[in-house]
This record gives sequence, structure tokens and C-alpha cells, in this order.
Amino acid sequence: MLVVGGGAAALAAAIDAAAAGAAVRLLDAAPPALLGGNTRHSRNFRYTHDAPTRWTPDAYTAEELRADLLRASGGAAAPALLSALAQRSGELPGWLGAQGVALQRPAQGPLPYSRKTAFFLGGGTAAVRALADRALALGVEVTPSCGAHALVRDGRRVTAAVTALGTLSAGAFVLACGGAHADPVWLARHWGQAAAGFVNRGTPHVRGELLHWLLAAGAASAGDPAGLYLVAVDGRSPAADGGIVTRIRGMPLGLVVDRDGRRRHDEGADTASTRYSRWGQRLAAYPAQTAWLVLDAAGLRAAPAALYPPIQAASIDALAAAAGIDAAGLAATLPGYNASARPGTDPDAAAGWHTAGLDPPKSAHARPLVEPPFAAYPMRPGVTFAHHGIAVDARTRVAWADGGHLDNTFAAGMIMAANLIPRGYVSGLAVSISLVFGRIAGKEAVQAAGRIGADHGSH
Amino acid sequence: MGSVDPDKPGVAAETRRQLAICNICNYCNGLCAVFGAAERRHRLTDSDLDQLANLCHHCRSCLYDCQYAPAHAFAVNLPRALARQRWQSYARYAWPRALVGALDGSGLGPGLLAAAVVLAFTLAVVLAVPAATLFGVHTGPGAFYRVVPFGVMSAGAMLSLGFALLAIGIGVRRFWQATAPAQRAVGQGGRGTAAAVGRAVLDLLTLKNQSGGGPGCADRDHRPSRLRRRFHHALFYGFLLCLAATTVAAGRHHLLGQPAPYPLLSAPVLLGTAGGIGMVIGCLGLLWLRRREDPAPTDPASRGADVALTWLLLAVAATGLALLALRGTAAMGLLLAVHLGTVLALFVLLPYTKMVHGAYRAAALLRDALQ
Ligand SMILES: Cc1cc2nc3c(=O)[nH]c(=O)nc-3n(C[C@H](O)[C@H](O)[C@H](O)COP(=O)(O)OP(=O)(O)OC[C@H]3O[C@@H](n4cnc5c(N)ncnc54)[C@H](O)[C@@H]3O)c2cc1C
Repeated sequence: MLVVGGGAAALAAAIDAAAAGAAVRLLDAAPPALLGGNTRHSRNFRYTHDAPTRWTPDAYTAEELRADLLRASGGAAAPALLSALAQRSGELPGWLGAQGVALQRPAQGPLPYSRKTAFFLGGGTAAVRALADRALALGVEVTPSCGAHALVRDGRRVTAAVTALGTLSAGAFVLACGGAHADPVWLARHWGQAAAGFVNRGTPHVRGELLHWLLAAGAASAGDPAGLYLVAVDGRSPAADGGIVTRIRGMPLGLVVDRDGRRRHDEGADTASTRYSRWGQRLAAYPAQTAWLVLDAAGLRAAPAALYPPIQAASIDALAAAAGIDAAGLAATLPGYNASARPGTDPDAAAGWHTAGLDPPKSAHARPLVEPPFAAYPMRPGVTFAHHGIAVDARTRVAWADGGHLDNTFAAGMIMAANLIPRGYVSGLAVSISLVFGRIAGKEAVQAAGRIGADHGSH
Repeated sequence: MGSVDPDKPGVAAETRRQLAICNICNYCNGLCAVFGAAERRHRLTDSDLDQLANLCHHCRSCLYDCQYAPAHAFAVNLPRALARQRWQSYARYAWPRALVGALDGSGLGPGLLAAAVVLAFTLAVVLAVPAATLFGVHTGPGAFYRVVPFGVMSAGAMLSLGFALLAIGIGVRRFWQATAPAQRAVGQGGRGTAAAVGRAVLDLLTLKNQSGGGPGCADRDHRPSRLRRRFHHALFYGFLLCLAATTVAAGRHHLLGQPAPYPLLSAPVLLGTAGGIGMVIGCLGLLWLRRREDPAPTDPASRGADVALTWLLLAVAATGLALLALRGTAAMGLLLAVHLGTVLALFVLLPYTKMVHGAYRAAALLRDALQ
């Protein structure tokens, strides 16, 4: 059987299939150093457990996971897939351990409290390496730097994949090649000019060739092609693969202005980690998809560390000039904001400061920006994944728009995650979906390949 | 001899650049103590970098776990950056300043110097001791001292080791002062300090930070392995056993009036034999790993010094074991001279080889445990 992709979903499928005795070949479009796709950039995954485990405190029941996902997706998560995820995510720590993937115990260094997720020791890159080692040890033939761009189909059965190494036939196929968001042409189709202002946080190799081939051939789609999970990142980030460190996090401590120097949203409204994606989404609508986080020296001292140094200047005028913000606009915004800033009941508590009579308001941390030097971080939306892919059933069979499924072709990971999250997100979900449905797809593919072998034998 | 510029520009800046990325990412903070400490020392001053570099046990896992490792434009290779920083830190704190140049990363200078010391000592013995004595068979109490008089042996050891300990002590004291935190941690008194010392000693003796957070280190390639840690244990505990053998022997000599050599089933011989075998296994294992390891996470500039020191330790252990095996034969005299020569070379070079890493690592672990 043939597995297309090299991230969590592909490796999970390949491992379970090879362990069940199948002859498996895995193709990854990326060069060996980048094996692991976006999973390389991940840190933790969500799983259910009824009692504390070595890696996660307290409990997180299947019912809670179901409720979280329904809430996040606005009730749109496909019920059968949701049940499969709720049932099987609890197996993941044990399964990962058996494959040689190490998880981090909370006592092993500072982790944010999380009863819903477990953290890969050393992060996703370590996990992917261990999974790839395991796959190799099980005899999986891993071929890096080899993309598949089309399939050969005979009715409801796929017979071969067209790849950089020629046409490869197989008895069953697992498509675990992620979404399409690294393809600028596809992004532009749904986002127009704005797409040019986006940064891709992850691998440049998820370009959706097979996703689009399948949709063109008649497969049913899931989710919304214009739905992107965006996070606010530094505008100077590399075009791809900047990963986790490019985020801008200090919005509550300053003002976020567009290129005209105007504020558009309440920077104090959200101080939880949900602010990263909230701002990412907002930035998509900013002119040139760019905003600046403006801080004074006090705000800069309190702000979380950032990858690139801020643009700094002794005065607001000079800052505007250095950053490329309209100086008159910024000069008009700042005094108005400073004049409206009011302390809370305890003036020393920064969180209590808020604005009075300002539109939009700043409802927390609204201290006047007065201490030079002033600083600015340019921000852009960073694409993490797309809420769009192939529709599948709970067995991960690729669904056809006019009903029915492909017999021997299964999709797992971000290519089908939109069945569960056509919108919304909760942390650690993507890797869980990839692993759980990768394993299901691996098993299904072995059975399908067996059926096809038996068919051929009887002819 | 190659020279070390302790303030070589670029090294600290590069270490700082990489650690600043680590402090945002933090994915590796379960691997060892470096990452948590880097967060606490987020200002990353020059002495913070030295502290973090000496806290690093060079387990290398963080290179292979890094999403920003080279080919990535951010080019994060922390094991190499910290190895370079660490080697420079030895020079920065070394005493006396005039001998800083002896910290030669290529290992060539110390290697030649060690060979010269061994040769010179052996030659001196050959010239000074009559052939009949040197090549005679000596047994019974005081046999060794008929070849090399006790006074010469102990004075040589005391002087060379005494100077080495003084030099290392001053270096570590400088390091300790430089890495003191800006504000003293509050609420630390007798009990807290004792607990911290206990933790540091335990971490040092178990090499807890050389475990990749549990699964093992990237000894040869990215795959977790416990080989390096085990070989290091064999070498370290072998060395301690040899020191114990010498101490017991000195006690028997001075307190009980029983000069060496001792019977095969005596404490000094048993301790020394076990220690010597441990050192030989450890050295051979580490040298074997060195030949097989992926060079990417190591510092090419100080790799030679590392290898040279391992060979010197191997020479000390191997000649000691040979001396034990052949002490009843005519080869004893020459073997004794060669063995004492290697020990002398080790002592003389102690403060200017990688041997100092143990002292700085202990200080760094204690500093970390106190915070
Ligand atoms: C910075 C960042 C941090 C993240 N952190 C987390 C986290 O902490 N927790 C979490 O759950 N999720 C996280 N995610 C999301 C998560 O990493 C991914 O969504 C998930 O790992 C996807 O797994 P996958 O196997 O479906 O796809 P990927 O890991 O993206 O793998 C897709 C693979 O397919 C290959 N491929 C693509 N097209 C082809 C083709 N045509 N032919 C052959 N091969 C092809 C690619 O090279 C790649 O190897 C993060 C994402 C990013 C960008």
C-alpha cells in the first residue's frame, strides 16, 4: 500500500499498517530534513483520560472532548468522526510510547497547566523522528523528496499515484498529505489580494495537489476553503516554516494600529492565549494585512520575548517614520488614548486600567503610553492550517459528492480535519486528529488491500 | 600552540542569539536543566551564557529535536554553540592568565606537552637510576621506592597536583563570582542551601542532565542512546576508585608504616584495579563513540582537546594496570617510570585541559540548584 505524506497522520498510518504485516511505501514531498510536515512544529496533543496520567493532571472525559469540539465548531463536527476521536484519542499516549515517542512529565520543566493535552518531549520534531525510526524498523520504505500530484482511478478504486518518481501502483492508498494552504495560487483564489499578505507558519510543502485532484474528480469537500486558522505573527517572519517563535503576543500591553495609525479593536478584551488567533483573523482585514503593535518602554519591558527586535524611536513621530505608519494618524491616536486612560480601583494593578469614552475602547491594561523610547512590532496573519479538505466517513474512506466512497483510498490528518473542525479550534486537536485517523486509515487500508488481493486471486 | 582569545567576538553573540530563540520556543525544556535556567536568566548576559554553557552536558538531543536546526534559516545548533561558549569560558576564568594559551582546543599543544613530560620523566629515571636497579626484580615492601625514591614521588605529586588544584580553584571561584544572580534568592538559609547542595551533588553523580529528559542522548545520531553516559560513568567512577586506592595506600604508608606494593587482595590493589579497568573501558568507549558520532552538534575547535585528554587518561590507566600485572618482573622499573610520567603529565595539565569541565559543571549545577 502507498501512504502519501510524512507528518503525524502518514506515519501513524504507515506504522499500524506495517505492524499488521502490510508492505508499505511512504512518499513525502519534502526533503529528508523536513520530514514531518507541520507536525514538526507542534508541541502537544489532546486526549481523553478518566484519571491523572504520568503526563497530564486531573481528568478529561470523552464527554468533555465531545462538548469542547461541538462548542468550538458551532455544532458542525461530524458526529461519527467525533465519536471515533473521543473514543480513541485516549489510546494515544500508550500507542506513542510503544512507538518510541517520549512525552514530557509536568515535573520535567515548566509546562503550562493543561489537563486536556500531553506534550511531546522535545516537541513535534522529536516525535516525528521517533515515528519515522519506528516506521523504518517495521520495514516501511520511506521515500522523501517525492511528491504525488495525481491519482489513476478506475471507478471507485484508485490503482496508482502519479508521482515525481513515475506512476506507482498499489492495492490501497492513504492520503495524509495535509491541506493546501502553502499554495499561494489556491490562497489567492479564496482571499484575493490579501493572500499576498499572509505568512505561512508551517511547511511550504502542503500545496494540496491530491486534494484538488480529488475534488476535481468528484470527491465531496468538507469545510470552507476560505476558512483559515490565522495567528498574529511578526511581519518580518520568513515566508514559510517560521513555526512557533514568530508569534506576537504583547497586544494587551499596547495599542494595535493600522498603517493609518488608527486603532480598530479593543486590545485589552482578550488576554488569554485565544488572543493569538483572534488577532490573526482580524489582521486579514487590515490594509496590506499589516498592523503594528505600539508599546512604550514600560510596555516593552512587560511584553513577552519576541523573535525580532522591535522598531524603536525616541518619539512617536520618529517611530511612525521608522515603522512606516502614517505619522499624522498615529500622532492623533495616541493623545486621545492617553487622555482617556483611567486606573481601576487599584491604580497599581495594570489590568484594571481602562479607557473612558474611547471608540473602540481598551478594556484592560490601558495605561497611557508615555515613557520613551517607543517601540513597534509589525504584525501579519500567519496561516496555521485551513478549515477545508476532503469529506470522509468514520472509516476515513474518501466520500464522493454524488454518494458512496472510494473502496481503497483513505484520507487522514489535516486533509480531512475539516470534517471535525469546519471552523473553530481547540489547542492540541490537529495532532490528535492526525494520529487517531492516521491509525484508522492504516488499518482500513490493510483490509482494503487484502480484499483487492483476494479479488485478484479469484479472477 | 594554538591560542584562545577569551573574548573572541561572535561566540557570545551567537550563543545569545540562539538561546533567545530557545527562550521563545521552549519546546526542549523537558530535556535538561539548560532551558529552564535560560528562561530564568533571560537577559542572557555574558556570564549567564557561561553558566548555561557549563550547565550543558552536551547530550545533543536538542539539535535533533529542533525545528530550527540548520538547513532552517534560523540555524539553531545549541549543542555546538554551548560547546564553543563553554570552551571559551574555561579560558575566561583560567588562572594564571599567562597560561591561558595552554587551553588549546586542537589538543595538539597539550598532547605534545604530555608526551614531553612522560618522555622527560622516563628519561630522567633511566639516567638517574643504575641499570642494575632499574632492570632488577624487586619485591616486598618499598619495592617501588628502590627505583623512584618515595620523596621524589610524593614531592612531584604534591607539587603538580597542588598547583593544579590551586589553579582550578581560583578559576572556579572567578566563575562562581561572575555567575552570581543579580539579586540573591530570598528565603534561602541553612536548610534550603543544604537541599540545593544535595540536589547538585546528585545531579553531578548521576549525570541526570545527560539523559535527554529520560530516553537517552543523541550519542551517535538522533536516536536516543545511553552509551555516552555509561562510558562517562565508567571513566568518572574508575577515576574516583583510583583516587581512593591512592588515598588508602597513603594512609597505610603514613599511619601504619606499610609501604607499597600491597598484596593482590588488599584494598589499594583491588580499588586501583577496578578503577583502572573502569577508566580503560570508559576511555575506549568514549573514543569509539567519538569516531562514530555525527560531528554536527560538536565544536570542531575544541574536539581535539577532548580526544587528547581521553588518550592521556587511557595512558594513565593502562600503564597503571600494566605496572600492577608486571610488578614482579624486570619490566617494573621502566613501567613505573612511564606510569608516573603519565600521572605527572595529567596533574600538570589538569587546569588547562577539558579536565576542568568537572569543576565548572559542579559549580554550574550548584548555582542552578540554588536558584
Ligand atoms: C507552528 C505550528 C504549531 C503547531 N502546533 C500544534 C500543536 O501544538 N498541537 C497540535 O495539535 N497541532 C499543532 N499544529 C498543527 C499541526 O501540527 C498540524 O496540523 C498536524 O500536525 C498535521 O498533521 P498531518 O499529518 O495531517 O499533516 P502535516 O504534518 O502537515 O504533513 C503533511 C505531509 O504531507 C507531505 N505532502 C504534502 N503534499 C504532498 C504530496 N503531494 N505528495 C507527497 N507528500 C506531500 C508534506 O511534505 C508533509 O510531510 C501546529 C501547526 C503549526 C504550523
